[in-house]
Amino acid sequence: MNAPATAPASSMPAITYNFAYLDEQTKRMIRRAILKAIAIPGYQVPFASREMPMPYGWGTGGVQVTAAILGADDVLKVIDQGSDDTTNAVAIRTFFETTAGVATTTRTQDATIIQTRHRIPEAELKAGQTIVFQVPIPEPLRFLEPRETETRRLHGLADYGLMQVKLYEDIARHGHIATTYAYPVKVEDRYVMDPSPIPKFDNPKMNDSPALQLFGAGREKRIYAIPPYTQVVSLDFEDHPFKVQAFKEPCALCGATGVYLDEVILDDKGGRMFVCSDTDHCATRQAEGHTGTMSAPYAAQPGPLTPSPSPARGEGGNPTGIPSPLVGEGGSRPSRETGEGFATGESGEAR
Amino acid sequence: MAVPAFAAPLAAGFADPVHDAQRSFAAVMRAMAEPGLAVPLASDLDPPAPLSREAAACALALLDYETPVFLDAALSAAPAVAAFLRFHTGAPVVDDPAAARFALIADGAALPDFGAFAQGEPDYPDRSATLIVQVQELGAGALVLAGPGIKGHRGFSAAPLPADLPARLAANRALYPLGIDLILTAQGPDGLGAVMGLPRSVKPVMED
Repeated sequence: MNAPATAPASSMPAITYNFAYLDEQTKRMIRRAILKAIAIPGYQVPFASREMPMPYGWGTGGVQVTAAILGADDVLKVIDQGSDDTTNAVAIRTFFETTAGVATTTRTQDATIIQTRHRIPEAELKAGQTIVFQVPIPEPLRFLEPRETETRRLHGLADYGLMQVKLYEDIARHGHIATTYAYPVKVEDRYVMDPSPIPKFDNPKMNDSPALQLFGAGREKRIYAIPPYTQVVSLDFEDHPFKVQAFKEPCALCGATGVYLDEVILDDKGGRMFVCSDTDHCATRQAEGHTGTMSAPYAAQPGPLTPSPSPARGEGGNPTGIPSPLVGEGGSRPSRETGEGFATGESGEAR
Repeated sequence: MAVPAFAAPLAAGFADPVHDAQRSFAAVMRAMAEPGLAVPLASDLDPPAPLSREAAACALALLDYETPVFLDAALSAAPAVAAFLRFHTGAPVVDDPAAARFALIADGAALPDFGAFAQGEPDYPDRSATLIVQVQELGAGALVLAGPGIKGHRGFSAAPLPADLPARLAANRALYPLGIDLILTAQGPDGLGAVMGLPRSVKPVMED
């Protein structure tokens, strides 16, 4: 018998993946699609999307784009609705730490590649950075025209009357354009594009951005792109110009204004707070000593808050690193504190 | 009787296929995203002449069995080039430029007519050719471009290329969103070359 006597009995071979999980042929196919997408800004390039070890809707398109462009010396940041520490962001970040061994960060300015679900960071992106969007439905005309053959033709002819009619019907019905996220944009005066379900608050950041913007839709098998310094215009009418959401209140934790805020329900008595959706932006500001109306536990102390270095966030313990009034005491806070700031409207979001 | 090309030892491919391909692609992606900018591209390949190591790096990073490739007259004249590409990429080498997804052009001065290559279709403008063109020099210069990826204007120079390149780029742009995309490559000292993208979206700024 030629038994493999030399094989160590105890050690199974460790599971190893190719760098960044995808095989090289898949990466080449995606890379070719990315180059064509960059050459035709806003046009949806079909690609042979692979099955990924995560369900559709969790960012399979964004993950494939990231895997195809990622290099060993890249620094990756992953956000989900602006947050570095929600399930989707943590899962994808860990996925690339495991399969590619790349450095990761939560700080926007330190990242070379930012994969995002439905937000653009508040901090301005820089030249050389690449932001990868996870896209559920890449076709902006899909809910107006279900046939792919027909939407292809409409894009080919640059026939976007349907979309203008849809926005007009919003105005006829609601008095204003009621689309607040996935607000359609026109790229370089040619292709109408779905900016992924980012709030329309983020649409102006896409225009003339110094960063390269890539979009991946895994289930729908489409990749598209906006090169740096490219004109991106949100569709509107002369008498109903595009406007972003404005918030009446600053962030309750860092006092930031002019940022996109999330509403957080605090109790069952109407208590709520509005905080930065971008956790890195909020934590950075708090570390710089900015406070908001609900930085309450330390409000009595003079001077700034104890800085909490944000790179440590998401690594056990308090997952946010923020002395959050929500942790363990949100329910017991008197709602009077939260109700005060919002007496003038039923929503913090003004139109 | 000439010795068959296959008798000569085949030149090696990427020493580190995964990361060399990624680095080459990253340079090409940056070049396409910022047209007219000479992006450094390091390559330690030693492909058969007249294929340059930078063009070979682009080819090995982007070509495979899905991408028919066309070789210009200078490259076709050297059978070792086709053998090199076939072995390392598996790409079918085609004689008909219209059937090619990629074209390798060794002689930039004899850049073929863009119209010979696939321009894409109105519904699928991505089904167009990408030309990888070898030149001697790349840098900033007097040919001024505008368009996506360029803040304001950017001047570039590339030689040798046909004198009517701006007019040909303008004609290519007039077909937008159809048209071909150019990747220019240049050799540099110590294996540090450069790559420059001229996608169909660039608009040459004509002096008038």
